[in-house]
Amino acid sequence: MIMIHIKENKCDFCGTCVAVCPVDAIEMAEADLKIIHETCIDCDICVWICPIDVLESRENPEEEVVND
Amino acid sequence: MTDFDVVVVGGGPAGSMAAWYAAKGGAKTIILEKDRDIGYPVRCGEAVSDAGLRQFVEPEPNWIAASISNIRMVSPNGTVIDTAGQALGYVLHRRIFDYDIANKAVQAGAHILTKAYVTGLLFDNGRVSGVEYEYLGEKRTLSAKVVIGADGVESRVGRWAGLRTALKLRDTESCVQFSVANVDVDPERIDFYVGHNYAPGGYLWVFPKGDGKANIGLGVVGSEAKHYKAIDLLNRFMEKEFPNASTLTMICGGVPVAKTLKKYTADGIMLTGDAARMVNPVTGGGIVSGMHGGKLAGTTAAEAVEAGDFSEKFFDRYVKGWNKAGGEDHARLYRIADAVDSLSDPDLDDIAASLSKVPQEKRSLLKIFTTAAKKRPSILIDVARAFAGF
Ligand SMILES: Cc1cc2nc3c(=O)[nH]c(=O)nc-3n(C[C@H](O)[C@H](O)[C@H](O)COP(=O)(O)OP(=O)(O)OC[C@H]3O[C@@H](n4cnc5c(N)ncnc54)[C@H](O)[C@@H]3O)c2cc1C
Ligand code: SF4
Ligand code: SF4
Repeated sequence: MIMIHIKENKCDFCGTCVAVCPVDAIEMAEADLKIIHETCIDCDICVWICPIDVLESRENPEEEVVND
Repeated sequence: MTDFDVVVVGGGPAGSMAAWYAAKGGAKTIILEKDRDIGYPVRCGEAVSDAGLRQFVEPEPNWIAASISNIRMVSPNGTVIDTAGQALGYVLHRRIFDYDIANKAVQAGAHILTKAYVTGLLFDNGRVSGVEYEYLGEKRTLSAKVVIGADGVESRVGRWAGLRTALKLRDTESCVQFSVANVDVDPERIDFYVGHNYAPGGYLWVFPKGDGKANIGLGVVGSEAKHYKAIDLLNRFMEKEFPNASTLTMICGGVPVAKTLKKYTADGIMLTGDAARMVNPVTGGGIVSGMHGGKLAGTTAAEAVEAGDFSEKFFDRYVKGWNKAGGEDHARLYRIADAVDSLSDPDLDDIAASLSKVPQEKRSLLKIFTTAAKKRPSILIDVARAFAGF
């Protein structure tokens, strides 16, 4: 399955991805970013907009599951 | 009895102004801010116009990192257009500025709680009636008569109330900024670099901050951001132009260069500032417009509490106020931004070349606008004018 993956220790918590997500599938606290995979429609626009390339869309290898 | 009359989500300039004017109008008001700090991290180039700021506050000396009297535009082929002249504005220390505006809200009677992350809304018969939040990880609620969503570009408060705030890619600038030391820049001049080679669908800025320091950043329009990462372009520029700079702060950020939302109020709730997409869509400037929106929203909230009416209909006066103050101008600016977007790099160079023929002594901003505007329908002039007002 394709899933949005958050690269570790890279995010600046700026919220730009949150702003463009069409289905409100990203949660961002002060220093914590979560993709709500049940809501996510894999449109990838959060991947494109991130100024520093934190997000990637990829096949979901078990050890990388960031399911909340 | 509600816990508070007015709960403001977000302690940026829009939220603090909203709380200030709500409290001033007699409403029991609180700001909930998710971060540990008001005013930090600073996701901003920190440039404001003097006239813009003065609409709301008298500029304090300790807010000001640099006073700006000159604007430079650099076109893709390096043509430089300087407009010297009158005191135009400032590069602020937003960390201090945001604190002081928040303090004005407190002095007017508002409360502020940081580390308070709003996670949802409370509803009463379909009307927004408060917020759910986490304070240091503990789940809490606050009931309120009016909720003001001043939660910035990342706003989710509006979404929870059914307002459509999701930004289109083409209406979003994907930005990175370095605050650097050891750069040789004119201490009174702000520079804008336009064109595809610097920042596709956006621009690159160099804003001085005194003592050889500067905010240097750029924004790439979202529709190009798949192919051009802001961080790569900025690193390339720094290596070329300022190889000896040291980075004191690095931040990312998004700027909503959108039209103000079609609908930013509902029963019990108003959005303001970046959350309502009130930013100047040409320049990306949102400090002053956010203060404007916040002041209007806060004033309306206090009046609603006084009248005991928290309906969307009552909030019409807020919408009308914004339309009158900045909204129409905002729509015009959006059209300009749209037109600029369609210009190629050679177009931009052409316009810069014709502008550079205006004699230096005539290059006060106003003269440039009027002289060159007669010669050709120059969109860059509109842009420069937008910048002059930030
Ligand atoms: C890189 C960059 C450069 C910029 N340069 C300039 C410039 O030079 N001049 C200019 O005028 N404008 C500039 N802007 C725009 C300007 O920074 C914003 O328009 C301005 O800060 C908007 O104010 P605001 O109060 O609406 O939102 P913000 O200042 O973003 O404040 C929103 C606050 O809400 C908080 N918040 C969000 N969600 C929650 C939640 N769920 N619970 C609790 N709190 C929450 C956030 O932590 C934040 O503190 C720039 C923006 C960027 C990104
Ligand atoms: S846009 Fe990138 S840096 Fe910003 S919050 Fe999203 S993932 Fe993090
Ligand atoms: S892929 Fe699309 S739906 Fe999923 S989190 Fe990113 S923006 Fe939202």
